[in-house]
Amino acid sequence: MTATVPRLTASFDDAPLTLVRRRWRPGLLLLLLVAFVGLPWLGNDYWLNAILIPFLVLSLAGLGLNLLTGYTGQTSVGAAGFMAVGAFATYGLLLRVPGLPLPLALLGGGVIAGVVGLLFGIPSSRIKGFYLMVTTLASQFFLEWVFAKFPWFYNYASSGTISAPRLELFGHNLATPVGRYLLTLSCVVLLTWVAANLVRSQVGRNWMAIRDMDTAAAVIGIAVERDKRMAFAVSSFYLGIAGALWAFAYLGTASAGSFDINRSFQILFIIIIGGMGSIVGSFIGAAFISLVPILLSHAGQWLFNGNVDAGQLQNLQKVLFGALIIGFLIKEPEGLARLLGDLRERIRVWPLRF
Amino acid sequence: MNFFLETLVGGLLAGTLYSLVAIGFVLIYKASGVFNFAQGAMLLFAALTFVSLREQGFSFALALVLTVLVMIVGALLIERLVLRPLVNRSQITLFMATLGLSFIIEGLAQGLMGAQVRALDLGIEDVPLFVGEIMVSQFDLIAAGVSGLTVAVLALLFNKTRIGVALRAVADDTRAALSLGINLNRIWQIVWAVAGVVGLVAGLLWGARQGVQFSLSLVVLKALPVLIIGGFTSIGGAIVGGLIVGAAENLAEAYIGPLVGGGITPWFAYFLALIFLYIRPSGLFGDRIIERV
Repeated sequence: MTATVPRLTASFDDAPLTLVRRRWRPGLLLLLLVAFVGLPWLGNDYWLNAILIPFLVLSLAGLGLNLLTGYTGQTSVGAAGFMAVGAFATYGLLLRVPGLPLPLALLGGGVIAGVVGLLFGIPSSRIKGFYLMVTTLASQFFLEWVFAKFPWFYNYASSGTISAPRLELFGHNLATPVGRYLLTLSCVVLLTWVAANLVRSQVGRNWMAIRDMDTAAAVIGIAVERDKRMAFAVSSFYLGIAGALWAFAYLGTASAGSFDINRSFQILFIIIIGGMGSIVGSFIGAAFISLVPILLSHAGQWLFNGNVDAGQLQNLQKVLFGALIIGFLIKEPEGLARLLGDLRERIRVWPLRF
Repeated sequence: MNFFLETLVGGLLAGTLYSLVAIGFVLIYKASGVFNFAQGAMLLFAALTFVSLREQGFSFALALVLTVLVMIVGALLIERLVLRPLVNRSQITLFMATLGLSFIIEGLAQGLMGAQVRALDLGIEDVPLFVGEIMVSQFDLIAAGVSGLTVAVLALLFNKTRIGVALRAVADDTRAALSLGINLNRIWQIVWAVAGVVGLVAGLLWGARQGVQFSLSLVVLKALPVLIIGGFTSIGGAIVGGLIVGAAENLAEAYIGPLVGGGITPWFAYFLALIFLYIRPSGLFGDRIIERV
């Protein structure tokens, strides 16, 4: 058996120094400027609708799951269930509370999802590992069933679907592609900022201690059970908001089937490929997951002059994703975020090697 | 009362099929500590291969032998390409790898052999039989018999052969087994091959019932609560768990279902498993785990 030297998981950015050193990052500012001003101005509706909005929502969902799985080490395969709670709760709030502004409805949807997450997180105080994973699977199936079975949740619509009621803010109509894009982007930026600070706070450090070894964490006085439950709640809050955005900003019309187990797997794959326990990783993973199918279908069209069967393309995509997951787990368990970080370090010291 | 007994017996017989799927999990988990999410995909792959071979005009026996060979080759590949590079990694990492593996196998199975529903005829007629006053499906009875036979063969394999003893040694204490000169990689290959063959049996029985199609790979989700109830490390537990889940599901659908609008089978087994988890966190027959820093 080979003894592997554990690599330092803390990259340069997460070092304790960052706690005291605050600096403006010109790169980040430029990125935000491009995202808020450049892209709505330049991008056409196809780009905004089909690529940017799903990418942003999936990033947010990945971030939410990353808080639970990547930072606290509680594997969850029920992410989509909590997204469904967020979507249906936001819909219900907008429908049943007249005059409720959109941000509050989103927040309310997130909070309700968080409470539901807290409930399903209660078993985490007693069980862990695979057994806990099974309880998250139970929540997935149960929630999916609830939202398909009880018409109250979708306002007795005969189709069983919910559709975006009114997307407006202070009288501005947000139903246009640009409006929905800006809404999504604002939520994502705000919540990412909160998450970045959260994982560097006492809570975040507790979570990481629990992930690395929960028994040891309990010994040094961390309230393991409370912090685990909190991770479930916060993660579900994020997932809930992502679910509401997925339903209303991206899909427009959603049903319980939009949040099935495959969506949960998709979000799990985002954080495996992007990087567990890395905020940037959630974004990189989401970009990867949402772009590769598009690239693949374009490549298929181009290679076979449009004669390629859509089903076969999907199978190919499945094989490719499966192989990538295994490849990443073997070669780079910390995902694309780590690979890019290494690359950046190498470029920084170039032409020297160290 | 007759209705109750019929529901119970029907559930118990369906439960034997759950047990069969769960046994595939337990075998792999015991020998390599891998929670094999790809078991359902393996089941689908095996059943699809068999049906495709039958459609090519192979005889029943030949198709069976060829499918078993395919599953063995598959097990060798999985061991070499997935398990060996991931040795000594955490269990969750290995689980995620099998999640990727299930994607690969499903993609391959459907890409190579098509996604349409295939009928699979095992030559067993599904006619109702009457035992006393209780109606029992003949197919269910034979399926339960085949499951029982498979378990008996496995028990013989584990208890009476050198390979079986080596296997149990690995499951008991991997390090001690290694120091005795047991080839761990070989054991993994054998276990995955055996799990593949068990998957084939389960796949054929399920496939004959509901057609060979993609949803077969979702059987894996049915087997999870079975494992929780029976414990991850016990074949006996898998059998008992399967029976409990099968019977409880059927009874719940018949008696609780109408109260809440039906359709509760997808999650009822999980609900049951949760209750068991609260009372016995390591299952009915699972090993108790003591953790130390």
